[in-house]
Amino acid sequence: MSILRAINNWLKHFAYELQRLFFFSLRMLAALFGRPFYVTETLEQMYLIGVGSLYLVVLTGVFAGQGFALALSVELSDFGARTYLGRIMAIAIVRELGPILTGLMVAARVAAGITAEIGAMKGSNQIDAMIAFGIDPIKKIAVPRLFTLVIMVPVLTIICDAIAILGAYLVAIFVAHVTSTMYWTNVRGRLIFGNIFIGLLKPFVFSFIIAFISCYKGFTSEGGTKGVGRATTNSVVMASITILIVNFFITKVVFSLIKGYL
Amino acid sequence: MIELRNIDFSYESKPVLRNVSFRVEPSEAVVVMGPSGSGKSTILRLILGLENPQQGQVIIDGQDISALKEKTKRDIRKKIGMVFQEGALFDSLTVGENVGYYLLEHTKLSFEEISRRVCRMLGFVGLDADEVVDKLPEQLSGGMRRRVAIGRALLSTDPKIMLFDEPTTGLDPQATDNVLDLIKKLHQEKSISTIAVTHQIADAFAMAERFIVIYEGEVAFDGSLVELRDCQDDRVRTFLDPFRASFTGVARKRFVDDM
Repeated sequence: MSILRAINNWLKHFAYELQRLFFFSLRMLAALFGRPFYVTETLEQMYLIGVGSLYLVVLTGVFAGQGFALALSVELSDFGARTYLGRIMAIAIVRELGPILTGLMVAARVAAGITAEIGAMKGSNQIDAMIAFGIDPIKKIAVPRLFTLVIMVPVLTIICDAIAILGAYLVAIFVAHVTSTMYWTNVRGRLIFGNIFIGLLKPFVFSFIIAFISCYKGFTSEGGTKGVGRATTNSVVMASITILIVNFFITKVVFSLIKGYL
Repeated sequence: MIELRNIDFSYESKPVLRNVSFRVEPSEAVVVMGPSGSGKSTILRLILGLENPQQGQVIIDGQDISALKEKTKRDIRKKIGMVFQEGALFDSLTVGENVGYYLLEHTKLSFEEISRRVCRMLGFVGLDADEVVDKLPEQLSGGMRRRVAIGRALLSTDPKIMLFDEPTTGLDPQATDNVLDLIKKLHQEKSISTIAVTHQIADAFAMAERFIVIYEGEVAFDGSLVELRDCQDDRVRTFLDPFRASFTGVARKRFVDDM
């Protein structure tokens, strides 16, 4: 009985959290529109989130692309299909690897930072001080981060895609001994509307997931430094898992909707 | 004028305040005392409209702030300056930006004018503007941070009401005296109503002439120092007795020696 009660309590808590997250997200979305616009804060966040995550995305892209290409080149060699390496890499990177890796990397780096920062501000009454001075903290803190992520995650994904394809190119040339022309012809052949659409839709959706979850966890963190630490961990875990789940459904739904363009 | 009428407040299902009522007249200085966790800070949060009571009314200049929309609450808050526990300074901003925060956000004053007002305010709270204006809050001592917070609250809206949440907690005796002097100066020179919340009884006696004791969420006492000293309420005595022996200076003179 105690196990059932525990499951019941967990489900209730989960539903309650989901409901609060939903309404918090709606507030964030509503705050996107209407004055004041905090341009300086947004530009600052673009630098911190966008430029700050660049090295991470570049490193992830180059090594993930090379590793994936290396594994595939061996398998494809067995079937005498090494020439298809560029084709497979373009599809895998643009549709799946690029968006997921960028999403997860940004979730790990940025979601943790956002939650910890907002949580610390809340714990030291800085959020209340803002309200006392007539400032909406959602507008001042959350909206610039949401706006930044919506712009920067797709941009970082494109960079990750490009770097991963370049990394795979090195493996194609020096390990799989595919000609440069063959590789790029195959890559270009798969950079079509459908693949690019999925590849850009995903980071766009992921940016909302990261912003909503990280800000929500920060604004609702409780229990001092320990609570902020817990909120930060939960934020990263929740954002990462949600990204993976949503990724599957986007692939599934969009794939069936635009099959003709793939 | 501030009035709390029959306030009941709970955090989730835990009752914090029960049937709390009191009134603070213009230019009056009141200290709310009580053990940690008795609901003192919640009273300030209710007055500021950061929390809404489950029952009762929080009336500020004739308006029930708890019944207002957020936008209207902002207008009421313009009359109130709040000094949070530990100061709650924005740690990514310099002292100057903290003190001028409201002006930077809500007015179209030139940067030079804001800088001028910030320096004047820093002088008023007893800080050397040239020395501290470009420092970050973490580079200041606890007492200096508290004075910056008072300056920030004063410069924000030219308030008619000042709320202090544990203004002397964690400060050394010298810094405590400085902050207490500043609060008294505010009250005397600007005729501002002040409500200070503290569990430092010795400091409470230096801040006001009227005292409210909150015990387990209820008003256990509301009156003057003489009445407090003579109060026979068990809850009040339970709260005060452990501190009597440790009173020194003003507190000893006013609360122990005069008995």
